[in-house]
Amino acid sequence: MARKIDVVFSDIELGKALKKVYEAKPEAVVETVKKSNLRGRGGAGFPTGLKWEMAAKINKFPKYFICNADEGEPGTFKDKLILEKQAPKVIEGMLIGAYAIGAEKGFIYLRGEYKYLYSSLQETIDKLKRDGFLGKNICGKKGFCFDLEIRLGSGAYVCGEETALIESLEGKRGEAKNKPPYPTEEGFLDKPTVVNNVETLAFVPHIIVNGADWFHQFGTEKSAGSKLFSVSGDCEKPGIYEFEFGITIRELLKEVGAAPDTKAVQIGGASGFCASSDDFDKPICFEGIPTGGSIIIFNKSRSMFKVLKNFVEFFQQESCGQCTPCREGCSRMLEGIEKFELGTGSSKTVSDLLSLSETMSLASKCGFGQSVPNSFRTIITKFRDEIISYRGENNE
Amino acid sequence: MNKVRVFVNGKEYQTTSGMTILDLCKRENIFVPTLCYHPDLSTKGICRVCVVEVEGSKTLQASCSTPLSDGMKITTSSEKIRRARKTVVELLLANHYTDCTTCHKNLKCELQDLANLYGLTDLRWKEKRERTVKQDFSSPVLVRDNNKCVLCQRCIRACNELQGVYAIANLFKGDSTIVGSAFNSPLGEVVCINCGQCVAHCPTGALYEKYFIEDVWKAIDDPDKVVVIQTAPAIRAALGEEFGYPPGTRVTKKMATALKLMGFDYVFDTQFAADLTIVEEGYELLNRLKKALVDKENVALPMMTSCSPGWIKFQEHFFPDLLPNLSTCKSPQQMFGAVLKTYWAEKMKVSPENIVSVAVMPCTAKKFEAIRPEMADSGFQDVDYVLTTRELAAMIKQAGIDLKDLEESNFDDPLGVSTGAGTIFAATGGVMEAALRTAYEVVTGREIPFPDLNVVPVRGFENIREASIKIDKTKPEWSFLEGITLKVLVAHGTANAKNVMERVKNKEFDHHFIEIMTCPGGCLGGGGQPLPVTPEKRAARAKAIYEEDLSLAYRKSHTNPSIIKLYKEFLGEPNSHKAHELLHTHYTPRGRY
Repeated sequence: MARKIDVVFSDIELGKALKKVYEAKPEAVVETVKKSNLRGRGGAGFPTGLKWEMAAKINKFPKYFICNADEGEPGTFKDKLILEKQAPKVIEGMLIGAYAIGAEKGFIYLRGEYKYLYSSLQETIDKLKRDGFLGKNICGKKGFCFDLEIRLGSGAYVCGEETALIESLEGKRGEAKNKPPYPTEEGFLDKPTVVNNVETLAFVPHIIVNGADWFHQFGTEKSAGSKLFSVSGDCEKPGIYEFEFGITIRELLKEVGAAPDTKAVQIGGASGFCASSDDFDKPICFEGIPTGGSIIIFNKSRSMFKVLKNFVEFFQQESCGQCTPCREGCSRMLEGIEKFELGTGSSKTVSDLLSLSETMSLASKCGFGQSVPNSFRTIITKFRDEIISYRGENNE
Repeated sequence: MNKVRVFVNGKEYQTTSGMTILDLCKRENIFVPTLCYHPDLSTKGICRVCVVEVEGSKTLQASCSTPLSDGMKITTSSEKIRRARKTVVELLLANHYTDCTTCHKNLKCELQDLANLYGLTDLRWKEKRERTVKQDFSSPVLVRDNNKCVLCQRCIRACNELQGVYAIANLFKGDSTIVGSAFNSPLGEVVCINCGQCVAHCPTGALYEKYFIEDVWKAIDDPDKVVVIQTAPAIRAALGEEFGYPPGTRVTKKMATALKLMGFDYVFDTQFAADLTIVEEGYELLNRLKKALVDKENVALPMMTSCSPGWIKFQEHFFPDLLPNLSTCKSPQQMFGAVLKTYWAEKMKVSPENIVSVAVMPCTAKKFEAIRPEMADSGFQDVDYVLTTRELAAMIKQAGIDLKDLEESNFDDPLGVSTGAGTIFAATGGVMEAALRTAYEVVTGREIPFPDLNVVPVRGFENIREASIKIDKTKPEWSFLEGITLKVLVAHGTANAKNVMERVKNKEFDHHFIEIMTCPGGCLGGGGQPLPVTPEKRAARAKAIYEEDLSLAYRKSHTNPSIIKLYKEFLGEPNSHKAHELLHTHYTPRGRY
C-alpha cells in the first residue's frame, strides 16, 4: 500500500482558512486543531491544539507566536523547501494560531544556514502586509493585528529546542530553560508564547478548511495525518516525500528506491533511532518509531561505527554545554567509542557506555541530552559485533 | 498560594504552591545533594546532582528547579537515583583537575564532598584530567583556574544577579564550554570590580584570591620591620567559623590574642579608622548641605559612601557621571594606612619605610584598593598587604594556634580604640547608622532619637531601604538645617546599586545621603569571608555585629577618645587641610570596555 500523499505542497487559496477562522471564536479554532490531533512535526510530537489551548488560557499579554524554522537535525531539509514553496501558507498557519491564542506579534526563527531564504521570506511578508494579511485589522477583521519579524539563528543546533530558541530570540546564549514553566505560560520575554514547527503550521490551513475529520482519514489512530520525510543516503531517489503516518520502513524504502542490501536506516536524525532489517516492518508514527522526518539510509558498504562516531561527534560539539550529563557525557561517549577504533575497547566499554547512556537519558536537562543516547543505544544493540570489532583505518 | 499535598518517600506533606521539591526537602530535612544550586542565586538546574524521581515522569527531575504540584509523588533515594547522581559526579570528576592535597579548597570543596558521598574511588572514564589550560592570573586580585571549573555557573550568576557586573559568562559550546569573559579576554582586561562574589560562590578550587600569606610571614620574620595589623569589623563576626565556632560567634578578643602570638608587632583595629571616616564623612555631608542650602552652590547630592572598594570601581566603570557624588573620604582601611605611616610613625619614632602595614579584610577588592596609585599619601604605599579572613585563618592555623584555646585580649593603643559605630560598618546600613549617630548629634547637640541609638530602619537585608529623620532645635552654626528632613537610602549588592543609580540619574530621588555596600549583606557577606556563604550565615554575623555594638563602651564615632586625640594632636579640625591631604581621595572615570 502506497501511502504517498500531497498536502503540504498542494496549493490552497490564501486567506480561505483565515476567513473561516475569523467567523469562529478563538476557542473554536483551538477545538478544531485539538480534534484534528495534529501533533508537532519537529520531532517531539506535542499535540498542537493542546499547546495553543495552554497559551490561550493564560491571561497575560502581549503573547507571541513563533515559527520554529531552525531546522537543524542532521538529515532533515524539508522545512527549507516548505519555506521556499509555501511560505504564505505557513504564515497563514501562524495567523490562525495567533488568533487562537491572542498573539499580536510573531517571529520566524530562521536557521542561520538558511540565510539565503531571508530576502524571499521578507518579500513574502511585505507582500502579505500590502495585501492586508499582516499588520493591522487583518482581512478586515477589526482589532486583529499581527506583526511578523524574521530572526536569524546563529548556528546552534540546540536552538531548535523551544526554550533555547526563545533564549536566543531574546539575545541570550542559546540554552534550554527549566520546564515548567512552559513557554505557553512564560515564554518570550516571560510572556505566553507558542512555538510551532514550520511543517506543523503548513498543515493548519488545510485542517481549518477541510475539517478535523478530513485530517483523521490519513495516518493512524494516534498519529493523524501525513508527514514530510527528508530522505538521504543509499537510495535511488533521495529527496523530500510526504507519507501518511504508519508507513512501514520497508514501504518507505521501496518508494525511495533503496537497494535490497539496505543495512540500516537512521530515523529521526542523530537524535533518532537506528533501524536494522529486523525493524523494517515497523510503522513510522508516534506510537511506533517517531521522527521529525530525517531518514538516512545505509547500505551494506557503510560502516556503522563511522555512522555512530559521526553522530556522537556532532553531539559533543552541539551540546549547549550547560548540564553535566550532556556536556560531559557526550565527550565520554566519544572517548569510549574511539576505544574500539584504537583496539582498546571491550564489552566492559559497551556496558560502561550503556550505563552512561542511562544517566544521560534520565538526568539531562533538556530533550537534547536525553535523546543523545538514542542512536548510540540502537546502533550498539543492533550492530554490536561490528562496533566492537571495528578497527580504525590506521590499525587495519 | 494554593495548598498542595505531596508525598515524599511515601510520607505526606502539606505545603503551599510556589515551592520547589528541593525547598520542601530542605524544610523537612530530607537530604538531597546539590551543587549548582545556591540560595543566593537564581535556579539553573544544570549540574543534575539533585535529581529525584517524580511518579509519572519518564526522566528524573532536578529537585531544585521542579515546582511542587498537588498530588506529586516524589522519591529522593532509589537505585536509579543513586546511579544517576553517582554518574553525574563521576563525569564532573573526570573533567576536573584533581590535585586535592595541594588545592587551596582541600576539605572545603563541594565536589570533593560529593565524590566522598558517592564513594567514587575509581573513575570509569580515562585517566584523570591534567592541568590542560593555563590559570588566569591577569586580574590584580582574582585567579581563575578553569581546570577545576565544574561549569555550575554560580560565579556567573553571582556576578550578574548580585552584582550586575556581567564580567563573566559561558563561552563556546559542547565540550569546549568554559567560563570566561567577552571574546575570551583575560579577567584583568574586562570590567571587573574585584568583589570576589564569584570566589565566594564557587564550589571548587576554580576561583581564588591572590594570596599574601607568604609575604606577610616574611615581614613578620624580618627583625628590621615593624609589622602592624589592622582588622576590619566584619572579621570578628566570621573568623570563628574557620575554627569550628557556629556562625555569629564573636571572636574579637581571641583574634587579638592570636595576632599577637603570631608575631605582629602591633595589633590595631580598622574600626578606629571607621570612626575617623564617620567624622570626616559626616562633616563632609554637612558641608555639602551647607554649600547647597546656604551658599547655593552646585554641589553633588545625594552624597554617597565610599568605603566599599568594589562599589567605587563599579561607579568608575558604570556611572562615571556620578563620581562627584561619592564622598571623597578614603575607606577606613586606607585612612588607617595613611594615619599609621604619618601620625603613628612620628609618635612612635619609627621610620615609615620600616613599617609593614597589613590589613585583614572580609574583602578581595581591598587588595586592589591598597595598590591604587592614589593610595600613597603618607609618601609610601599606605597599606602594604591585604589578607582576606580566609587567609588570616590559614595563617593562624599555620602558626599552630587554635582560636578556641586562647585567652582574650584587647587591641593595642591608640589605633585599636574604637566604638560600636565602627563595628557596625560590617553590616549593610551600618555606615549610614554610624553617620547618623554622629551627624545628628553634631547638628543638634542631642543623641539621635532612637532607643539605644539603634537606627533600626536602616538595618536588615532588604535590597533597598530608606529612612528619614527630622532635624530640629539645631545648634546655631547649623541653623540652616532647622526643620529639614534628612533622607537617606541604603542598598547592598551592586546590582541593587545599579538600580538606585539609574534612579538617581533620572532624578527620582531627593535623598541627601546614600550608602552602598558592594556585597550582599555588606562586608559581613564579603568576598573574602569564610565559605560557604549563605543568607543564614550573613544573618548570624549581622546579629553578632549588632550585639558587639551594644556591648561597647563608646557607641558614637565622635566620642572615640583616640579620634579626639588624633584631631587635637595631628589633624586639627575635621575636613582640615591636613585631613584632606591624608584622608581624602579622588576617583578615576573608567570605560565600560
